[in-house]
Amino acid sequence: MTGSTAGRPARTITVRAGVPAAFGLLKRGCRGIAWYMQDLMGDNSYRNYLEHHRSNHGPEYPPLSERQFWRQRMDDQNRNPGARCC
Amino acid sequence: MTSELRRTTIEAPGDEREPDSSLPPTSLPEAERERERKWTWPKVLLWTAVALLGGVAWVMIALVRGETVNAIWFVFAAVCSYLIGYRFYSKVIQRYITRPDDRRATPAEVKGDGKDFVPTDRRVLFGHHFAAIAGAGPLVGPVIAAQMGYLPGTIWIIVGVILAGAVQDYLVLFFSMRRGGRTLGQMARDELGKIGGTAAMVAALLIMLIIIAILALVVVNALGESPWGVFSVAMTIPIALFMGVYLRYLRPGKITEVSIIGFVLLLAAIVAGGWVAATPWGAEFFHLDRTTIAWGIIIYGFIAAILPVWLLLAPRDYLSTFMKIGVIVMLAGAIVLVRPEITVPAFSEFAGGELGPVFSGPLFPFLFVTIACGALSGFHALIASGTTPKLIEKERQTRFIGYGGMLMESFVAIMALVAAISLDRGIYFAMNASAAATGGTVEGAVAFVNSLGLAGVNLTRDMLTSTAAAVGEESIISRTGGAPTLALGLAHILQQVFGGAAMAGFWYHFAIMFEALFILTAVDAGTRVARFMLQDSIGNFVPRFKDTAWRPGVWITTAIMVAGWGFILILGVTDPLGGINTFFPLFGIANQLLAVIALAVVLAIVAKRGRSYFRWLWIIALPLGFAAIVTITASMYKIFSPVPQVGYWANHIAFRNALDAGETSLGTAGSVEAMEAVVRNTFVQGTLSIVFVTLSIIVLITSLAATSRALRNGGGENHEDPPVPSRRFAPSGVIATKAERAVEREWAALPAERQPETVRH
Repeated sequence: MTGSTAGRPARTITVRAGVPAAFGLLKRGCRGIAWYMQDLMGDNSYRNYLEHHRSNHGPEYPPLSERQFWRQRMDDQNRNPGARCC
Repeated sequence: MTSELRRTTIEAPGDEREPDSSLPPTSLPEAERERERKWTWPKVLLWTAVALLGGVAWVMIALVRGETVNAIWFVFAAVCSYLIGYRFYSKVIQRYITRPDDRRATPAEVKGDGKDFVPTDRRVLFGHHFAAIAGAGPLVGPVIAAQMGYLPGTIWIIVGVILAGAVQDYLVLFFSMRRGGRTLGQMARDELGKIGGTAAMVAALLIMLIIIAILALVVVNALGESPWGVFSVAMTIPIALFMGVYLRYLRPGKITEVSIIGFVLLLAAIVAGGWVAATPWGAEFFHLDRTTIAWGIIIYGFIAAILPVWLLLAPRDYLSTFMKIGVIVMLAGAIVLVRPEITVPAFSEFAGGELGPVFSGPLFPFLFVTIACGALSGFHALIASGTTPKLIEKERQTRFIGYGGMLMESFVAIMALVAAISLDRGIYFAMNASAAATGGTVEGAVAFVNSLGLAGVNLTRDMLTSTAAAVGEESIISRTGGAPTLALGLAHILQQVFGGAAMAGFWYHFAIMFEALFILTAVDAGTRVARFMLQDSIGNFVPRFKDTAWRPGVWITTAIMVAGWGFILILGVTDPLGGINTFFPLFGIANQLLAVIALAVVLAIVAKRGRSYFRWLWIIALPLGFAAIVTITASMYKIFSPVPQVGYWANHIAFRNALDAGETSLGTAGSVEAMEAVVRNTFVQGTLSIVFVTLSIIVLITSLAATSRALRNGGGENHEDPPVPSRRFAPSGVIATKAERAVEREWAALPAERQPETVRH
């Protein structure tokens, strides 16, 4: 259940004319959808965790590995399930 | 006394929130906001156009009485009304009731543990919240309510969500966020005291069980005697297991990737289901009667709830989220492309009476409990207090996520309604009248539906058999519960865009599949949450139960909860009077009573905020009063109505007297066992009705007492967490305004080490 603005495609609009512009727009749209889906589904959770860890702990606390991180997350969910509505 | 109390109200916060002057603003300056509020010509024109289009659409569906009405008008009426509700009404609520302050840090920012409390991008959180609140509920209720004609349901879904459902979701989300993400039960105890709080907790637990049971009943009815459906839905279990193992051992964290793989496998399972059901062995092996399927779901529910989350629940949840978004986009697209003509009348022959074949009881109040999810759903209060408030990045975003998320669910309900009413009415009633009425046979259904005297309906045997054959089912008679009707409606619409008549079977089973997927996820997650609540309660007496790692405790509490909903499910499946037709009102009443509880808690909270809030209490009192009247009246009908089809106890007594008199059949119950079953079922239903309504009235009274105390004292105790200055900024709506983008750029210009985490470009 995490997400962030990290990795969101840049908002700069490159002004070009004709086909390249349309192509660029399409590429940006696809990148936006990919960013949204990955954040929504939770693909970026580990990256967000690393970032959180870096800014809150010194190098003396090594972060969890990706595998450990996901295991811990699932164990947390086991202990504290979230409801799903009808 | 008064002055002391007043000091603690929200109107006089203890400290002034000094912004850190070296940082860019954490909240949009008031002057900018004032400028954005100003009406410019383009804005005036835009909103006039929205209002005009919405008005025309409402006239088309509500007033113009042609032979048919085009489905596109439903979409326009809904979307324009939502836009106006969101742009105007939710802003009134924001301005006068919630009064968010972006200078205040949210719990996600304050606690920020990287796990439960994470400031999350508003658009992503909107998706999470929506996936958590929307499921099969908004797809089922409107279909059943279509018995009354399309107009009552449409009005209630659209008006109800703007004035009631979205208001509840928004307010619960906001006040839970101000309390560090406290649950509804905890807020009830804080605001209403011990009695009100305990009643609210017990009610929430019971309501959860009844909701799980009735959702499971919907799945059972959709899969009974359907080899294709049983095969493809059963395949979701190995697919989810595979996804779980893949994520655990092969490629951890690749969630989108595995969801796409799972989705492709799911499509393959649907296609394979068609082949399997066409073979003699497949048809025999997967042809299960409803009682067997019910037992299957009960055993499945128990195992799924004690298995580790990573193996089954989490992967199926990913799949379900993925499907939810995809299906809604597809459905909306198909309705706009196909624009089916609706022949159902605005008000049907049953709108004036109380003996309709799909559900019994008069339009008021039963229409308003039949459509719960999509208009006003109390269950959302459990989600809006809990996970979502801990992930909010900025206070002002609660309007978009809470109010907006619910509008989205309402739109799903409207689309489900459109899909259901695009079907021929004869087929609709043949599918939704109970087997007790149709006898479950083609002849019985034809005779029954044609005897209803519906205008323009002339059902033939051929219509029923050819429709069933087209979607690969043995029969579509008395497939109650809403899901099969919606699936047929969807197949009808989608085949016109993708694949033609040859694809009708695929689309039908695709729809059954996603409804089953949503429901099974809700069953599994609901059982876990209910178990968690029970462990916590028993833990007060036997402390060992609080230890969630103690396996025997987990097994015992899971078994109790599964037995609870499993019992009701079996009663529903074996009910001689038609199961869903008698149980569904209980589902809606339970859900709306939870809404009454949630709104009652919110009413007390807002009254305690202080004098300047009193004038605006009607915003909560309106939906609270309406929901209370609807649910209490509906409960009274169910408890006291002398009409056996409507009142549980009247039916109970009628059948008991008949048994005492030595009769061996009564109405549709053809044997002594069936009559005994009716006596037992009506006793359970009647008792549950009494328990629910009593608990809610207790909560309501404690809330009114707390509210009137606050009114007399000019406010009350403030249970919010102390304010902490925020150190980050994010836009509040889905699209950042010009001024918001300027502030965002200021933040982006800060050196990396001064930026809040997760905001960097």
